[in-house]
Amino acid sequence: MTRSYRRVSMLFGRFCSIVLVTFGFAQAALAQALDMREGVTEVSQRVQSLHHLSLGVCIVVGIVVFGAMFYTMYSHRRSRHPTPAKFHESTPVEIIWTIIPTLILVGMAIPATITLIDIEDNSDPDLTVLVTASQWKWHYQYVEADIGFFSNLSTPQDAINNLVDKDENYILEVDNPLVIPTNQKVRFLMTSGDVIHSWWVPDFAVKQDAIPGFINEAWTRVDVPGIYRGQCTELCGMNHAYMPVVVEVLPEEEFLTWIEDQRVAAALAGEQAIADRSRTWTMEELMPIGEEVYIAQCATCHLPDGVGQGIRYPALAGSEIVNGPVEAHIERVLNGVVDTEMQAWAPQLSDRDIAAVITYERNSFGNDTGDIVQPLAVFESR
Amino acid sequence: MIAHADTIPKQRHPLIAFILRWLLTTNHKEIGTLYLCLAFLLFFIGGAMAMVVRLELFQPGLQFTQPDFYNQMVTLHGLIMVFGAVMPAFVGLANWLVPLMIGAPDMALPRLNNFSFWILPFAFILLLSSMFMEGGAPNFGWTFYAPLSTTYGPPSTDYFILGVHLMGVSSVLGAINVMVTILNMRAPGMTLFRMPLFVWTWLITAFLLIMAMPVLAGAVTMMLTDRHFGTSFFEAAGGGDPVLFQHVFWFFGHPEVYIMILPGFGIASQIIPTFARKKLFGYHSMVYATVAIALLSFIVWGHHMFTSGMPLAAELFFMYATMLIAVPTGVKVFNWVATLWRGSITFETPMLFALGFVIMFTIGGFSGLMLALVPADFQYHDTFFVVAHFHYVLYPGAIFGTMAAVYYWLPKWSGRMYDERLGKIHFWTATIAVNLTFFPMHFSGLAGMPRRVVDYSIAFADFNIVSSIGAGLLGLTQILFLYIIVKALTSGEKVTDAQVWEGAEGLEWTLPSPAPLHSFHTPPEIEPDEAHAATDKA
Repeated sequence: MTRSYRRVSMLFGRFCSIVLVTFGFAQAALAQALDMREGVTEVSQRVQSLHHLSLGVCIVVGIVVFGAMFYTMYSHRRSRHPTPAKFHESTPVEIIWTIIPTLILVGMAIPATITLIDIEDNSDPDLTVLVTASQWKWHYQYVEADIGFFSNLSTPQDAINNLVDKDENYILEVDNPLVIPTNQKVRFLMTSGDVIHSWWVPDFAVKQDAIPGFINEAWTRVDVPGIYRGQCTELCGMNHAYMPVVVEVLPEEEFLTWIEDQRVAAALAGEQAIADRSRTWTMEELMPIGEEVYIAQCATCHLPDGVGQGIRYPALAGSEIVNGPVEAHIERVLNGVVDTEMQAWAPQLSDRDIAAVITYERNSFGNDTGDIVQPLAVFESR
Repeated sequence: MIAHADTIPKQRHPLIAFILRWLLTTNHKEIGTLYLCLAFLLFFIGGAMAMVVRLELFQPGLQFTQPDFYNQMVTLHGLIMVFGAVMPAFVGLANWLVPLMIGAPDMALPRLNNFSFWILPFAFILLLSSMFMEGGAPNFGWTFYAPLSTTYGPPSTDYFILGVHLMGVSSVLGAINVMVTILNMRAPGMTLFRMPLFVWTWLITAFLLIMAMPVLAGAVTMMLTDRHFGTSFFEAAGGGDPVLFQHVFWFFGHPEVYIMILPGFGIASQIIPTFARKKLFGYHSMVYATVAIALLSFIVWGHHMFTSGMPLAAELFFMYATMLIAVPTGVKVFNWVATLWRGSITFETPMLFALGFVIMFTIGGFSGLMLALVPADFQYHDTFFVVAHFHYVLYPGAIFGTMAAVYYWLPKWSGRMYDERLGKIHFWTATIAVNLTFFPMHFSGLAGMPRRVVDYSIAFADFNIVSSIGAGLLGLTQILFLYIIVKALTSGEKVTDAQVWEGAEGLEWTLPSPAPLHSFHTPPEIEPDEAHAATDKA
């Protein structure tokens, strides 16, 4: 049943393309750009077929209804048809145009129901990833492998502010993409640490809200290796537009190697952290690292020059906390402020990065405390 | 005017007398005018915010606004257009037209009428003043989902909450007034099934308002107590449920969508028969279809929440219920086409707007049907496809509907004719602009552009340029509309004929033009109507 629908809907799809092209979008390549994305999963392709089916039905009904309208507007205008007819009621006609649309709707509801039942089948995953959203980043936790990391926007602020050119992945690029294997059913568990976000990858046809206090489920199975990009689709505050989702799909063996690499990297990072806090850092070492971290993590709210944006995103230049006791400053950065966009950075950044960014903040934007914060101090405050 | 002069002492300064007259008026025509003027003013303010949004979206990157201010503009644009432009405009039309159409001397509750209007300016002062507060205006979208609007909302959210409360009170009082007027003040012989379709659609709208607005009041009250009094209705950390907010909001929100379209259906059903010179086809089925749409509107709210983690059974229920709405809506469209069929059609400006309404609203209806299919909705949801959809129903529906009504009844209200040539130019530029603005949004949405974003991938740049140019043109057409109205009122050709339009039917066309301030002191005679004889007997 679905198959014959698919054949019909493909015909409709081709027909739509022709209509759209004749509407002035003269290039065939562009006609494809007007379609819903086909995507790379069986689900996304079935969803696209459904889109073609419903679009085709709408176009056919539209041609009939608008055709009748334009015909009557042309032939029954006063100059051609000076005496109006008198009829104004017909029960049989009303019944006919109630029943026919109902039947068409049933014809659309059947494939939609079949597809939906398959989409909602979250059972028997090969791999589970816990996706935790927060303003404005994603955290991916591989439940079985016990590794996890944050995924932040990596487009430079200068590109957003039009100071440098934008490349093709503008605001759709991250530092650490989610990596999943091909040909495996990957289940996503979605939740949020603050407001509601929504995780969307158009090429998988997966869109699921990440809601604080809830865990939602979704799944995908991708056959084609590659990098797939999407965005947060639920308004989640100031930087809603700057919360991309990037998924890298690797062949199974490469994925296993990648997992192993992550484990090794985590172990190395642990050793590095011990090394970092067992020595004393100089201002010259910390400042460049601090600036880099500040621009990547803090500047979207507090702005690159630390002037802030009103009361919700306070200025760091001349701030009481930044110019006050170091301990309070470390505490603020580590734990954030509950129920505001100022999040806890303890789980996100290393001792070295936090020490560097605090040092940077205390010695920039006109702040001149001269304080050098050591990674050890951050470690002890955790 | 003359009757009111008696109540105001003559020695008052003319300005004070003028202010008092409009402040204290209980006349349905004057209050109708007040509503329409306020709606027009707010339409310009909300439109200016849309211009800011489209200006920022003209190119990728940040050009004119910062993200937080952009979100404030998106939020206020939505709130002001819904509660400030469309709803007051429809209430204004109801005030002017319902008593004239049913042969009543005034609204049933004139003082309540005055009160429900004068609440509104204060509600919008509260809402708009938030723009000048520390922390800025509400920035969480007109749907104000918790916890973005509760825990994370700016301090001005409380002003927003009080503003929404006042708008709700105003709407409920207005709706009670319309309902009581229609049910009790009809001239003898004006049975329910003889009422013009505009009166029917407003009666049904009034029921929707009375059922939906208190739910919105409940939602914002829960927000207020969550924000200040330690409750956790929507706060997961306190045992509450952020999804509950969405259920409550959309239980209001979906009927609200029909509140903004049903009177438009009524307007089209008045205008199309006039200029087709043929009776409305299927009067009874039009009424039943409207009732069906209204009833269905209360069981489809879940289709706004398909991605929120609903169980399969609920998704299927809301999908089927939503698809069903296409049936009565289709019946209405078919009836309009059948009304045109073998008529003797002319294309004066009101007719053009009414026909534009039918065609473009139907396009919005098509995308609505597509959105009902849950698997496809996963791709459309919260993208520009949705923005395209609801602007296609709201702009040609509510705005074109209101404009058609203004062109159609302005000669009756003011005794002066608008400039037909300018009216036609207005229609065609507006139609081009609407399609230029909103049609490309379908494609940017399908290509993957989320809604409510301040910035977007360069892949969506072409569509956004077209949309922004269209929006600019659309903004300009409103200035033309204002000019046409002012020109008609000040120097328009005087209308002396009561009938105004040769094909028009209804009691309002039996009154002189302009309609006197006080009409139908004695109920008009309703002629027996063959067409309704069967119903009348039953």
